[in-house]
Amino acid sequence: MLAEQPQARLIGGGTDLVPLARDGLAALGPLVSVRAMGLGRIELRDGRLVIGAGATLSEVLRSALVQREAPAVVQALQASASPQVRNAATVGGNLLQRTRCPYFRGGAPACNRRAAGSGCAAREGEQRHAALFGTSEHCVAAHASDLAVALLALDADVTIAGPNGERRIPLEALYPAIATPEREHTLAVGELITSIAIGTCPAARASGYLKVRDRASLQFALVSLAHAVDRADGVLRHVRLAAGGVGSRPWRLRDSEAMLQGRDDAPAAWRHAAALAGQGAQPLPGNAFKLDLLQRCVAHVGGVPAAPAGPGRDQTGSRGEREPRARPFGSSGEAT
Amino acid sequence: MDETSNSPWLTLTVNGRVHTLPPPGAATLLDLLRGPGLNLRGTKRGCDAGACGACTVLVDGLRVNACLTLAALVDGAVVTTIEGLPALGGLAGGLHPLQQAFIDCDALQCGYCTPGQLMSAAGLLGEGGATSMAAIREGMCGNLCRCGAYPMIGAAIARVAGIAQAGGAA
Repeated sequence: MLAEQPQARLIGGGTDLVPLARDGLAALGPLVSVRAMGLGRIELRDGRLVIGAGATLSEVLRSALVQREAPAVVQALQASASPQVRNAATVGGNLLQRTRCPYFRGGAPACNRRAAGSGCAAREGEQRHAALFGTSEHCVAAHASDLAVALLALDADVTIAGPNGERRIPLEALYPAIATPEREHTLAVGELITSIAIGTCPAARASGYLKVRDRASLQFALVSLAHAVDRADGVLRHVRLAAGGVGSRPWRLRDSEAMLQGRDDAPAAWRHAAALAGQGAQPLPGNAFKLDLLQRCVAHVGGVPAAPAGPGRDQTGSRGEREPRARPFGSSGEAT
Repeated sequence: MDETSNSPWLTLTVNGRVHTLPPPGAATLLDLLRGPGLNLRGTKRGCDAGACGACTVLVDGLRVNACLTLAALVDGAVVTTIEGLPALGGLAGGLHPLQQAFIDCDALQCGYCTPGQLMSAAGLLGEGGATSMAAIREGMCGNLCRCGAYPMIGAAIARVAGIAQAGGAA
């Protein structure tokens, strides 16, 4: 169907497409509804947890199967968007969402994603949400999906249907290795993600997702960390660490993983791993603070108390997170 | 949007009434609800970007942001807006318990976010998600209130859900 209508595009819940269209970044021409294709199943197949790309984020969250086999996915989704958005948004759409860089979305004059060759105003501007890894002089935007980070730590693969048949790739291969403003994913025209699959194993069942941001909800990550670690018998048998909010795409912390793999589950190993988390980072003045946060996240997953913040830096709690700000809902008598 | 000539007419059940509407093109459900065809202005346009929740309605029982919902995608759906909330409450001629609780708990000031808060709360209760004060705060995270009525909104929902508000961290 897609091959017959080259201008047609796929739509899941429309929770990214509609705002993009409103910002002049997408055209609402002929649309093909993913939800109408019956790709919403969540099931165990040959020992793998298979989640249809058409399933809504709420459906995935509510699935007892996912809660048991992949808690990192549940935690990542709970921290994503809002219940209203999750009731409409689909798995496939979430993985393919476009970056939230305010320069891209807000129509800054210099944005290579909007207009090739126009430059990157974010590099010299508001850098708080910019990426540390996989950036270039052309673009410093971070990938925004929490779900993609959790799935990366779970070694997910993606099944893609297209005019030439079906193919399966690791999730990591869905995103280009180097950030190019022109290409945010590696799907060809006429291709559609039909499902994602993860293996069921002790590490997956023990997985989790940590999201650090300025607000307690309804905000994208400054730094996030998905972890899938098998720590049975005090030995780190299987270690996956994937970071969000800091990469042009979801970012595996391979140096940290290599430090931990096979070692005793001890604080020293995790301190080393935390120190290695920033390997390959290219921080900007406005986002360099995220390196420290990322290291604290790794230490936190390892159960290592974070060192006190240095002089002149924001005080952070011992759990590697900022102290929670006053919540919007106060108990009676408390000022909002 | 010249592709709209191929799209069919839309059937929507809104607050119990079945409506047949012209092909909506790229219009969102929010556009349609507030437009001349349905004229249901209770649902508000806040940010028009899915970030404030003022436009929250129920579609097939689930709360969604109407501003993000392409009308063409919800053909055949059952929609409940704030105008239809009293009927959902099942009290003939009366307010939905949530509406009464909002009044009793002083859960609004300017009232602009209120329809969205109420529909979102109705959705939360329908999901069985109002299990504690913390769960209510988390479950209502998609609804902003610039007047800061959050504590009273939380109290109203807790009252209807029958859960205690006292104790525990704020």
